[in-house]
Amino acid sequence: MKQLTGAQILMKTLIDEGVETIFGYPGGAVIDIYDELVKTKIKHILVRHEQAAVHAADAYSRAKGKTGVCLVTSGPGATNTVTGIASAYMDSIPMVVITGQVPTQLIGNDAFQEVDIVGITRPCTKHNYLVKSTDDLAQIIKEAFYIAASGRPGPVLIDIPKNVANGLATYKAPKEIKMRSYNPTYKPNMKQLQKVVDLIRDAKRPMVFAGGGAILSGASKELTQFVKKTKMPITTSLMGLGVYPGDDPLSLGMLGMHGTYRANMSTGKCDLMIAIGVRFDDRVTGKTDVFASQAKIVHIDIDPTSIRKNVPVTIPIVGDCNETLIHLNKLIMDADLGNLTQKRKTWLDQIADWKSTTPLAYKQTKNVIKPQYVVEKIYELTKGDAIITTEVGQNQMWAAQYYHFKKPNHFITSGGLGVMGFGLPAAIGAQIACPNKTVIDIAGDGSIQMNIQELATAVQFNLPVKIAILNNRYLGMVRQWQELFYDKRYASTEMVHAPDFVKLAEAFGAEGLRATKPEEVETVLKKGLASKKTVIMEFIVDREESVYPMVPAGAAITDMLLV
Amino acid sequence: MSENKHVLSILVDNQPGVLSRIVGLFSGRGYNIESLCVAETVEPHTSRLTIVTIADIVAIEQISKQLNKLINVIKVNELTGEDFVQREMALIKIKAKPEYRAEILRIVDIFRCKVVDVGPEHYTVEVTGDEGKLKAIIDILKPMGIKEIARTGSIALFRES
Ligand SMILES: Cc1ncc(C[n+]2csc(CCOP(=O)(O)OP(=O)(O)O)c2C)c(N)n1
Ligand SMILES: [Mg+2]
Repeated sequence: MKQLTGAQILMKTLIDEGVETIFGYPGGAVIDIYDELVKTKIKHILVRHEQAAVHAADAYSRAKGKTGVCLVTSGPGATNTVTGIASAYMDSIPMVVITGQVPTQLIGNDAFQEVDIVGITRPCTKHNYLVKSTDDLAQIIKEAFYIAASGRPGPVLIDIPKNVANGLATYKAPKEIKMRSYNPTYKPNMKQLQKVVDLIRDAKRPMVFAGGGAILSGASKELTQFVKKTKMPITTSLMGLGVYPGDDPLSLGMLGMHGTYRANMSTGKCDLMIAIGVRFDDRVTGKTDVFASQAKIVHIDIDPTSIRKNVPVTIPIVGDCNETLIHLNKLIMDADLGNLTQKRKTWLDQIADWKSTTPLAYKQTKNVIKPQYVVEKIYELTKGDAIITTEVGQNQMWAAQYYHFKKPNHFITSGGLGVMGFGLPAAIGAQIACPNKTVIDIAGDGSIQMNIQELATAVQFNLPVKIAILNNRYLGMVRQWQELFYDKRYASTEMVHAPDFVKLAEAFGAEGLRATKPEEVETVLKKGLASKKTVIMEFIVDREESVYPMVPAGAAITDMLLV
Repeated sequence: MSENKHVLSILVDNQPGVLSRIVGLFSGRGYNIESLCVAETVEPHTSRLTIVTIADIVAIEQISKQLNKLINVIKVNELTGEDFVQREMALIKIKAKPEYRAEILRIVDIFRCKVVDVGPEHYTVEVTGDEGKLKAIIDILKPMGIKEIARTGSIALFRES
């Protein structure tokens, strides 16, 4: 039988897995792999820093609904991926990261560019492998893709020593994956579901709380049906934005530290919370002892460890969110829930009241641009249909608050890890996944400088990504904490020197635009959005604007500081 | 919430790094390991770990679930509260001055242990039993001067009815 090199086997297996795009950066340990990659139809996006390859693959995965793939060299190439992998792990994004490694006979010798990347990434990958023989390669790759995308998804790393990549083996098509030690539960327990129907029927103040897990399982349609049918108000976590139309009257907006008043208040008053694909992160719950303290909590999640990790739960349901909602919707169809319009009236009136008395708000001014205004304008001009990526900090929170996402996978943010420098590479990944979409990175002046080199990638691949920098010349979110909790001692948060972003864009071959007054905002946005090029739009915004509402860390989620 | 000792019996796929994943999970999540024992079972590529940990009931549920979540873990059983047999072995090297030699042998006899090495100045005693028995013999031998001690940590299995 014909012998193939490891690199050839890798390509064959990747193509069989349906891989169309790889984000990566070459080096000595993967030169054999690149030498084969260039002969295939797989598109390679050469980033300018390996961290960006991982963020781009992360966003590509979310925008396309496919497993993202990265390829980097050993040593520094591999260590540069760690932040990206950790972010994808916390946000449960399916991804396969392939790293080169020194030849097996040199492993353990402190060889040039040797690093134990399998050891380093063990706690931040769903699983990882060091391939010891070319014979094992095909099977491991198939298994890696299977693990990455099944159950609760996550990144899987495959470390391939150079002699495994250029060694020979007889290619055997990998076997179907069946693992005695890994069998995720998709189907929910039906008895438990019946109890949920009873709770919904009896509840006076029920609400739904949906998160990233609902988006990942593709449950948006079933969830929307469920919410409409049961007339329950719905809030989402940061990661859940878009799973239910944000402009619908039943939508409460986001929950948490910077959640809307009505969403946070609802959790304090509800008597039933149906949590779907969430993990009750501390940024969402605030003080856990008093979180949803009047409520029975139903928690649906595919990962048993998410359930009862942070809050006590009345009815735990382990299962795929979409599959569970399909069953639940069927049960609801057959159940007599009574006159819901009448039953929900007091509760929904209360929520409407919270919304009208304490809406999301900021004080508009004549001479200074308010960052919230920029996001509102972006929302208006893109009709809520753009893919928005974000950096981290105030920019991220204003994007979450003022862009009312209507569809899932349109808000792409580093939720769990909160990685500054995520937004630009993410925008690149999303734009490659969806070439016809408007993709905008809502950025802060600090964060954008963390992966600014990726402008070169965007320009090289003719990607019309838009970067809207809300420039407050501060590490604004940290400054906000210093203002509120550290007597305004702005220790190391003032960005005393920053580049001229317009000139910087031009230097990279992109377009640069700037608005310094409120009346220029719309013109700049229109011009930027109409351009076919990579564009930086810089908005010089109110320097000391803060994100409100805000719940101080560790306080009850209903104890909000308001504007 | 009160913390108690729990015995976890964990079957794993014998892949490289599996022990490191388990130990890393304990240290990374702030759980503690009182003792850990690992060896192959009769099934090929399968090992059993016995871990004794101290945790409250909420934490022990998380620990079990987190262990189960590891890709190479086949099964996790929490034995506490169930009917199970538990054993540990210790080798105790004890100073054996002439005036204590008879006394030591008497204790060895009472505890049904074995002397596995003898020298002019020492005995090495092999003792097997549950935690209580090991503690008892160590306490009794201590005043005579224990030179060194090596313990295996607990291993445990369910009793079958
Ligand atoms: C890699 C990284 N380092 C540090 C932080 C801590 N941090 C969170 S928000 C923030 C400020 C971000 O500043 P900027 O990008 O200008 O956004 P702004 O809050 O001003 O909108 C910092 C430093 C982080 N999240 N990520
Ligand atoms: Mg800033």
